[in-house]
Amino acid sequence: MFSSLNLRIGFFLAKRQIKRSNPWTTVLIVFVMFFTFLNLVVVSGILVGLIQGAINEVHTYYTSDVIVSTLNNKTYIENSPEVMGIIKNIPEVDKFSGRYLSSVTLEANYKTRTNEKEKPNTAAGSIVGIDPITENEVTSLSKFVVEGEYLSRGDYDQVLLGAYLVKKYLPIDSPGFTALDNIEPGTKIRIKVGEVEREVTVKGIIKSKVDELSMRVFMVDSQLRSMVGRSDYNVSEIPIKIKSGVDPALVRDILIKSGVDKVAKVQTFSDGEPKFIKDMKDTFALLGNVLSSIGLVVASITIFIVIFINAITRRKYIGILKGIGISEQAIEISYILQSFFYAFCGSVIGIIILYAFLQPAIAAHPIDFPFSDGILVAPIGGTMLRVGLLMVTTIIAGFIPARLVVRKNTLDSILGRK
Amino acid sequence: MIEIKGLVKTFKDGESEIQVLKGIDFKAKTGEFIAVMGRSGAGKSTLLYQMGLLDEPTAGEVIIDNKNTSSLTIEEKTFFRLSKLGYVFQDYALLPEMTALENVALPLLMKGVSEKEAYEKASNSLIIVGLGKRLNNLPSKLSGGEQQRVSIARAIAHEPKILFADEPTANLDNESSRVIMEIFKELHKKGQTIIMVTHEVEYSKIAERIIHLDDGRIVQ
Repeated sequence: MFSSLNLRIGFFLAKRQIKRSNPWTTVLIVFVMFFTFLNLVVVSGILVGLIQGAINEVHTYYTSDVIVSTLNNKTYIENSPEVMGIIKNIPEVDKFSGRYLSSVTLEANYKTRTNEKEKPNTAAGSIVGIDPITENEVTSLSKFVVEGEYLSRGDYDQVLLGAYLVKKYLPIDSPGFTALDNIEPGTKIRIKVGEVEREVTVKGIIKSKVDELSMRVFMVDSQLRSMVGRSDYNVSEIPIKIKSGVDPALVRDILIKSGVDKVAKVQTFSDGEPKFIKDMKDTFALLGNVLSSIGLVVASITIFIVIFINAITRRKYIGILKGIGISEQAIEISYILQSFFYAFCGSVIGIIILYAFLQPAIAAHPIDFPFSDGILVAPIGGTMLRVGLLMVTTIIAGFIPARLVVRKNTLDSILGRK
Repeated sequence: MIEIKGLVKTFKDGESEIQVLKGIDFKAKTGEFIAVMGRSGAGKSTLLYQMGLLDEPTAGEVIIDNKNTSSLTIEEKTFFRLSKLGYVFQDYALLPEMTALENVALPLLMKGVSEKEAYEKASNSLIIVGLGKRLNNLPSKLSGGEQQRVSIARAIAHEPKILFADEPTANLDNESSRVIMEIFKELHKKGQTIIMVTHEVEYSKIAERIIHLDDGRIVQ
């Protein structure tokens, strides 16, 4: 069928048909193909990006590139100063910070509680002791302060509260999950770590879509150490930011080779991704593919209709072409090439708009989903695969109606007989 | 050159069948100019379509250039039409999205002729029919007579063995019809075999031989 001669004549016919067709019709069909392309790539890209956005945030603002954390049966990393010394000496490491972790009970409004029988306003969570400066260098924690101020090294008895511990920011009203009421910067609350209770001032409120941040209390590390009575400087988490362009796995492997894995869990941000996140990502990708498939079917029906109407209205001319000796295959190829042209133009415009405008724009201004700042995930490989699918589908959708019309009796076509 | 044996063509009209050609036997020699005449519905055009391999006869044989065409496949018939036959239709049958030159060059390109040669030959054919200055005009920019001349140029550009013309002057005014007939005369002089269906006695007179059809049979 695809002899070079048929291809040449098919191209000759297709070129003239497109060139001398109504330009508005051509623009409309290309426009439909462009939106089909966007439907194929962008819908699934946003669905995957919704999860990817959450993963990126956990990576950037919580785990950083590599996270060293406690072994499952420990509450702290043994010989933490030594571990941090190893980290410090790795040239690929840019910044790191130690975090002390403990559970905490918070109580507010205790001064206004008049009745002993009245339920105290308490909440429970985790308290993290940080060096405010190094933590901010690694995870940019200060950017999530929505009320009050960020901690400084010399702050004494001051805390940052995660928004989910404050009633006015809590997105849900769930039984068994309590939050503190009437909290604002400057409010005094009681915190209880182990058996030690202390009155502290709320310096600020942290609100992030990363739940690990919004559900924690932050305090200067020296203050928390004094509360838990830890003088060994053993921390519970060490997020490590590595230099740009370095593979996190490299730093992980160096740490493991140095024996850090004997006293702590060493993971890159992707190693540390919970399985349900990976499953969700796959699920959304699957959902995106299902929606894309529907888009593909719509595209093929559109092209089928366009080519069918074109071929039916040009039936007489198809008959004339056959009558003067033009092969059926050449005529079919001309319609296939027309379909290809529409899909190609739509895809090229789509690719330009996607990578030149849409993806950078969404990266700069992520979509504000309730649990993540959604980005548009559109890897070149996946996009090209979808473009390929669109091409194949439209070529088939263009061929079938052309074949149906071309097969009709030559004379019947010329004379317009049924 | 062309021989028709026992040609029958029947059309179905619901339950009933209408026999339009009722066993036609006919021969034409190389270089002959034959006019096929008859009243409306006599089967003139139907006979031309069967001879020109544009339709399948119900029975009978069409032998062109010593080749029995009844055994040819659809693809072979298409190639046969391309290489040996030329057509001039009543309504010109030009492709509207192509210029006069492209319309004429198309069959040549299909024969595998290079683009340069095809356009050269097409251009010469258009010069022969007096349209040397209208090569790049679309059919919509040409008059009826000019369109028919493009149609003739397309039919002769690839030097067919037989030129079939189906009422070529039916849609034209007297002056244009006269010009078309002059072109046919010239082609015949150069040795082109022509079979032309017409119902106009005046134009049939330029043919060497006239065949009269009536009720699906040759009567004269």
